[in-house]
Amino acid sequence: MSKRPSAPSVLAKKDPAWASDFEAMLQAYEQAGGKPELLKMERIGSAVVSGNHVLAVHETDGVTIETEEREHGIGARIVVAPGTKVAYPVHLCFGVIPAEGLQEIVPEFEIGEGAEVGFTAHCTFPNAQDVKHVMDAHIRVGAGATMRYSEGHYHGEQGGIDVLPTTRASVDDGGRLEIDFNLIHGRVGSLAIDFEVDVAARGVAEVVTKAYGWADDKVDVKETVRLNGEGARGLTRTRVAVRDRAVSSVYTTAEGNAPGAVGHMDCTEIVRGSAEARNVPVVVVRDDRARVTHEAAIGSVNRKELETLLARGLDEDEAVDIIIRGMLQ
Amino acid sequence: MKNGRLLQVEDLWLNRTGAEVLRGANLAVGAGEVHALLGLNGSGKTSLAMAVMGAAGYEPDRGTIRFNGKDVTRLSVTERARLGMTLAWQEPARFEGIPVADYLALGMAQPDRERIEQALSAVALSPSVYLGRPVDATLSGGERKRIELAAVYAMQPRLAILDEPDSGVDVLCLADILALVRRMADEGTSVLLITHRDEMAEVADRASLMCGGAVIETGTPAEVREYYARRCRPHGQQLGSQPWGAEAGGTYQRVVSEGACDE
Repeated sequence: MSKRPSAPSVLAKKDPAWASDFEAMLQAYEQAGGKPELLKMERIGSAVVSGNHVLAVHETDGVTIETEEREHGIGARIVVAPGTKVAYPVHLCFGVIPAEGLQEIVPEFEIGEGAEVGFTAHCTFPNAQDVKHVMDAHIRVGAGATMRYSEGHYHGEQGGIDVLPTTRASVDDGGRLEIDFNLIHGRVGSLAIDFEVDVAARGVAEVVTKAYGWADDKVDVKETVRLNGEGARGLTRTRVAVRDRAVSSVYTTAEGNAPGAVGHMDCTEIVRGSAEARNVPVVVVRDDRARVTHEAAIGSVNRKELETLLARGLDEDEAVDIIIRGMLQ
Repeated sequence: MKNGRLLQVEDLWLNRTGAEVLRGANLAVGAGEVHALLGLNGSGKTSLAMAVMGAAGYEPDRGTIRFNGKDVTRLSVTERARLGMTLAWQEPARFEGIPVADYLALGMAQPDRERIEQALSAVALSPSVYLGRPVDATLSGGERKRIELAAVYAMQPRLAILDEPDSGVDVLCLADILALVRRMADEGTSVLLITHRDEMAEVADRASLMCGGAVIETGTPAEVREYYARRCRPHGQQLGSQPWGAEAGGTYQRVVSEGACDE
């Protein structure tokens, strides 16, 4: 894998096409909720990928980012050296600017023992009419290490996009992995999340997923947390709202496979109009000292919440939207 | 009554799940007035509040609700709120992901930060601590109640219906709540203060007493408190905490038919 030099301003002068792509991605990044200026800061690690082009990579002390351009996307290997405490989240920006395209991102994250790092990823497809975005991620969180990964999507208003993120993760002894995925701006299109994590002794995995679908959007979430080590803990927290004819299915599995393992699955889905929501929690316990619980609520918005906002003068649509967006924050 | 009637409830009847929870209730609240509505648990106070606000399931079977001279009996909650009426629930809802500052701003015609901070300070909550906190389960019941009162105060409605604002808050906070109620009235908001603690009526200009789904007495707070202490409390102690409701299995009927209240 190679590295792309990290000085956008210099490259822009030499390569106008690159500069144009980079500026388009920055605009899309901002639309997705990102702050473009962060991608130009020396102290903040970053990578910007448009289609199968790596537009910029910036590394910081203890963080290496190797990338490889492929036919339909990129491969990336992101390594955080053992013991490194990364002060500012590493920003990752993936996107497809044209209305059509296929993007396959294959990242590998290796978080060294005792390291601490956060990632803020924005995936943006502002003009999508026929776009497919595939993510095939592998994550390894070393012993005593912490990785926080927050991914936000912006898909435009057309809904012509398939998003297929697959993640296989492992958390070593005493490690911690926090994953937060949200798709609440613009149309979902079709989303199929497939996430699995194995957690070793005293490790922690927290998986938060939020999506808001409407029209004929489709949201499929499949998450599995295997608590394999003594005292391992896991939490899945899923918040999905669907309206119109949108459909959501949430399948979560938590396995308590060791003494003292504690897992919990918490799913709330709000349904409006002719939408449909489904939740299937699966609890598996293989050790009588483990404990796994789940809670799920599917239905309309809470009546008291709604009437409280109505009593402030909001109409029903406004109130429902505020409640849903609050839940998805 | 101060400055004419703002709210007038006439002969309101409401049957909920087979029980008559309102039985010809009559009530009038004047403009700029604090009106305490007293009554034991189960006497119909909250049902009356919900019916006045137009909450789902509380549509009256008979009777009229007028607000500022307009018949609002069949209007929606939103329509009533936009006329200037609001309600602080006895057990306020919780909202995942909505910060206190945004929550308070929701009801304000022109949200401004200064007013929001004033409202929080008025319920003895520090703006710097609470503005960014979500209105969710991380707040205690008492904190949530205070934030609800702050939201109503920030909204500056013409009529604020406060359903048991004193329940679930610590004793030290009661003085803050009473001061806020008075302040609201001084700033032009009429307050219908619902409580079963007669000492809360001290702050009121007038008071009414509910029993068995009807308002049975209206007068000065002193008169109503005296009536309440002399007539109602003994029966509450004698018959249990909810002597008038359907839960009492006809106790209300017995008390009324036997004229116990007239003894």
